[in-house]
Amino acid sequence: MTAPGEQPERAVRSYVITKGRARPSRNTINVDTLLVAADPGRPLPVTASREETALVRMCARLLSLAEAAAHLSLPVSLVKVVASDLVDSGHLAARSGIPEAAGPDTQLLQEVLDGLRRLR
Amino acid sequence: MGSAGSADRYLPDTVQQAVKILVVGAFGVGKTTLVGSVSEIEPLRTEEHITEASAGVDDLAGVGTKHTTTVAMDFGRITLNPRIALYLFGTPGQRRFWDLWEGLAEGALGVLALVDTRRIEDSFDVLEQLELRGLPFAVAVNEFPDSETYEIGEIRSALDLLDETPVVLCDARDPRSSVEALITLVQYVFERAARPAAPQEPAV
Ligand SMILES: Nc1nc2c(ncn2[C@@H]2O[C@H](COP(=O)(O)OP(=O)(O)O)[C@@H](O)[C@H]2O)c(=O)[nH]1
Ligand SMILES: [Mg+2]
Repeated sequence: MTAPGEQPERAVRSYVITKGRARPSRNTINVDTLLVAADPGRPLPVTASREETALVRMCARLLSLAEAAAHLSLPVSLVKVVASDLVDSGHLAARSGIPEAAGPDTQLLQEVLDGLRRLR
Repeated sequence: MGSAGSADRYLPDTVQQAVKILVVGAFGVGKTTLVGSVSEIEPLRTEEHITEASAGVDDLAGVGTKHTTTVAMDFGRITLNPRIALYLFGTPGQRRFWDLWEGLAEGALGVLALVDTRRIEDSFDVLEQLELRGLPFAVAVNEFPDSETYEIGEIRSALDLLDETPVVLCDARDPRSSVEALITLVQYVFERAARPAAPQEPAV
């Protein structure tokens, strides 16, 4: 939507941190994506941002992206981009939620129902 | 219930699949209360930046006039079995936040729409959007001490709901009642998914 001569959008903080990308490179990363450090011993490059370092540390064990964002007091939109880079670089492993196109299958829904009914 | 310690914030490593349900509704309708009453962790808040859509074009002098709004979401978690964790996201229902739902709703099982019968008109916009976007939803009516008592049928017709849309009465402060509302939603989603892929039902 950029007309000639138009200025780029105002750079908000998260836009800068995410190196100018407004969206994560993988659309499989969402609020309910489960993240865990792929190999806790594997060092991040020295160029890693504070947010990258903090996210890998937070994901020492399994956690959703939303939880990691909340514990780190970072916006979800930012953490999506950072997490997606770290998955690409092999520092984080992602267990994704339901792919948007497929939708939940009845077996999964049955398991969810059974789980909720146990809470009655 | 979650404690403040960080040791128990993590999921069991056996969990392979996260599922999510959105809880939407007008301000004060009970979203935060419902999420908190069923969550196994201390409910958390995250923030999302929304670019205000007031201006159609970026304003050259507008570095500073174009602003982003921060929207808080509450969420909670229920580990349903060793394999599956359910996340509940409470998000505001105001018109200007609808684009936020779009991303959040991707891959969601469904939406629980909370309604306060003292301000039933506040929910019209939200329900209409859910229908337009084809998101499967159930309506949970929270009863407040000064609410008048209505029959489900009266509420259903006041809200002009589709026949298939489930409606339940709910006390968001009560975990059991909140769980029942969630069961009603998932049961409905299950029935929809189990239905043979028939073409559009003929209009009546
Ligand atoms: N009686 C009653 N009060 C409720 C119910 N749900 C929420 N409340 C109260 O209504 C107020 C607003 O609820 P809150 O969860 O903050 O609403 P939100 O803005 O939708 O997140 C709080 O004081 C709650 O204790 C309900 O089902 N019944
Ligand atoms: Mg709230």
